Amino acid sequence: MDSIKDRVAIIGMGCVKFGENWEQSLEDMIIDAAYEAYEDAGIDPKDIQAAWWGTVFSGETGQILATPLKLSYIPVTHVENACATGSEAIRAACYAVASGTYDIVMAVGAEKLKDTGYTGLPQTRPIATWSYRLTTQTPAAVFAMMATGYFAKYGLTHEEGKKLLAQIAVKNHHNGSLSPKAHFQQEITLEQALNAPMISYPLGLFDCCGVSDGAAVAIITRADLAKKFRPDPIYIKSVQICQGPREGWISQTYDFAHVEETYRCGIAAYEEAGITDPRKELSIAEVHDCFSITELTIMEDLQFSPRGYVKDDIEAGTYSLEGELPVNTDGGLKCFGHPIGATGLRMLYEVYKQLQGKAGTRQVKNPRLGLTHNQGGEPGAATVSVLIAGNELG
Amino acid sequence: MAGIVSYGAYIPFYRLNRAEIANAWGTRVATGERAVANYDEDSLTMAAAAARDCIQGIDATKIDGLYFASTTAPYKEKQTAATIAVVLGLPQEAITIDFSGSLRCGSNALKAAVDAIDSGTRKSILVCVADNRLGFPNGPDEMAFGDGAAAVLVGDQEPIAVIDHYYTRYHEIQDIWRSDRDTFVRTAEDRFSMDMGYSKTMTDCISTCLSDTGLTESDFTKVAIYSPNQRQLQRLSKKLGFNENQVDSVMHWSVGNTGSAMGLMSLVAALEQANQGERIMLANYGNGCDIFSMTTTDTVTKCKDRRGIKNHLSSKSMLTPYSKYLRWRELIEVQPAARPPIEARQPSPVAQWREVPWELRLTGTKCQQCGTPQYPPQRVCLVCHTKDKVEPYTFFDKPAKIFSFSHDYVVQSVDPPVTVALVDFDGGGRLMCDMTDRDTAAVEVGMPVEMTFRRLYYVGGIYNYWWKCQPVRC
Repeated sequence: MDSIKDRVAIIGMGCVKFGENWEQSLEDMIIDAAYEAYEDAGIDPKDIQAAWWGTVFSGETGQILATPLKLSYIPVTHVENACATGSEAIRAACYAVASGTYDIVMAVGAEKLKDTGYTGLPQTRPIATWSYRLTTQTPAAVFAMMATGYFAKYGLTHEEGKKLLAQIAVKNHHNGSLSPKAHFQQEITLEQALNAPMISYPLGLFDCCGVSDGAAVAIITRADLAKKFRPDPIYIKSVQICQGPREGWISQTYDFAHVEETYRCGIAAYEEAGITDPRKELSIAEVHDCFSITELTIMEDLQFSPRGYVKDDIEAGTYSLEGELPVNTDGGLKCFGHPIGATGLRMLYEVYKQLQGKAGTRQVKNPRLGLTHNQGGEPGAATVSVLIAGNELG
Repeated sequence: MAGIVSYGAYIPFYRLNRAEIANAWGTRVATGERAVANYDEDSLTMAAAAARDCIQGIDATKIDGLYFASTTAPYKEKQTAATIAVVLGLPQEAITIDFSGSLRCGSNALKAAVDAIDSGTRKSILVCVADNRLGFPNGPDEMAFGDGAAAVLVGDQEPIAVIDHYYTRYHEIQDIWRSDRDTFVRTAEDRFSMDMGYSKTMTDCISTCLSDTGLTESDFTKVAIYSPNQRQLQRLSKKLGFNENQVDSVMHWSVGNTGSAMGLMSLVAALEQANQGERIMLANYGNGCDIFSMTTTDTVTKCKDRRGIKNHLSSKSMLTPYSKYLRWRELIEVQPAARPPIEARQPSPVAQWREVPWELRLTGTKCQQCGTPQYPPQRVCLVCHTKDKVEPYTFFDKPAKIFSFSHDYVVQSVDPPVTVALVDFDGGGRLMCDMTDRDTAAVEVGMPVEMTFRRLYYVGGIYNYWWKCQPVRC
């Protein structure tokens, strides 16, 4: 089995300001993100040879992308893999280039959630399976069970657990305050997080990411062509996707204190990228903090912290902007919200900018390798993508 | 000769203090409390619960009939008995009948069951009766009514009570009714209804029955008698010469008038206290009267472990404030949650039909290769990946514990928060489901739970029934 490592590179990216973009349509956001990416890559729109379009709730078929961008009779593929949809679009685009079929392709992710008229995500599940057997399947309800599960497994009291989660929200809001494209750009205090209204016990308001509109685009080419476009392309070291068989909902052996798909996907990605000590070798990580508890367990599943000991690292500031391994340097889903199809590409946008040294006031020092972790589904039944990118070949 | 082989009952967990109702409306203080079905309960689910109580330790595949009786069946056109028969696991050729139309439907069903047994065409018929009627808000019925269910198994093998005598009379009278357009029960002028309806019919029928059998009032240890309220019960008892020991008032003080279920619930309460060789009368009312006289046998104490009336009564939570009752019964419109509309979750009749056993009986699979129970049914084993070597495995009756849970405050629900739980069954298998009849502050990891059949929601004309877990009730 061969690897994707150093076979493809990103030469341009675009990302709109995420938020309640009342005045922008889906098409507006796609156009703004795509033209920022074209300009960043220094290419003409007609140079794009194929496109992968990721959205869950914002329309079907590649037509949704081709129409606003006036793509001229090129292949456009609509991909969907729940909340990891954006990363699935990147993966497909990378493999198409690595196959030698195309030289320049585009991966696009966008979602217009705030036209629905309510908070949360639209209902799209098929009627025949799980959807009508539970009163609630809000993501908050299921992820909250992972918080309960984690607290129980590691003997944390409710207060201890809540405080741990609140520290993650405070950290991400600090980073978000330095991100001009974030939906939420204000700092919060520990007390604010702890005293916030309950959304799904034990998760409060600041344990949950926002609901936002957004779009992001990546232009991908062959690694050997990349420097023709720019002096600082970003090379793909690994791009993995992992699906579990809903084990956590069926089997008693599953502890509901971690996400097995994240652990397995991390292992696969590290192997592909040739990483043996992720905590030491990675410079930054953009992870799927749809809820604070998700970020907490990801730190253990991606082997940044030993199992059951993430508390020590959170309290030591290991994952803060100045820490040993900065996590969610742009504020994460907590501050960008989660326009489903766009999120994976938004994460990559931050890694791309950081690796190029263009992350402004939140720039980390001398980054070399960055990771994105994009998770769809729920604990016990997840779809996880892990991508690793670097600013040097080899 | 036909008799009662087993009994069971169901009283909802929630009780509404009548003083709470009086307080809400600013009317004079009332005494006692009434049972209120949770928002996820109806006559079908309550009857199913009473039926499960009744057939504890009894092989459901040997029961060849199920009669459901109620004036508040969930569907006007779709059989409730068939649904309950699947839940309980009755054989495919069991006779299922829905009885309705008057408060006498429960005793009508009992009589039909007795006749079927005596005729020899059936061996064992489960009669279950439930009601959750609505009285007009700020009216006497709202105070007096209660929700509940009873079930009796009728057969001729080892009965705990043998039916000795039956007497009936029909009576055309517009005293209590609910048309197909009504939500609330209507009554004619109180004095007319009582004098010419309930009181006259019951007095005449019971007197006739006694003279037919040559028995006197004092020959009965207990009299299980339908009555609209405590006052009428007292009045009738006095008129007929029954004393306080014979006529139990517990239904009115603690449950309320449960409509068509009241007669059989009173009978269950009487049987719970009965000893061998006692005579019990069941007198039920509703456009006429049904009277059964029965004598207990030496096996009458074998059903004492039932939850019945007594144990259900002591397991309760007080519903407060009164406005929750209005919301549960959907008598007021409240601000909807800012969430996707429930219409998006319309159940598919096709999928429901295809999945009947695993939906209504909570039947999953057990891998014949590695022995792992799994829900929902899996064709490819999660553990050993063997394909199509599975046997049905039913979860609803297995003891279980909470592995994890959350309380969701943002979901569209009649009564937020919704508690959702991961349930681990003794013997293997895990299920994610809602938790009901719980005190949110008391829910914890490791808590023992049991499964209860409930109504999840109603959309597009379809009641969506499935299972929830609840803290072990009694």
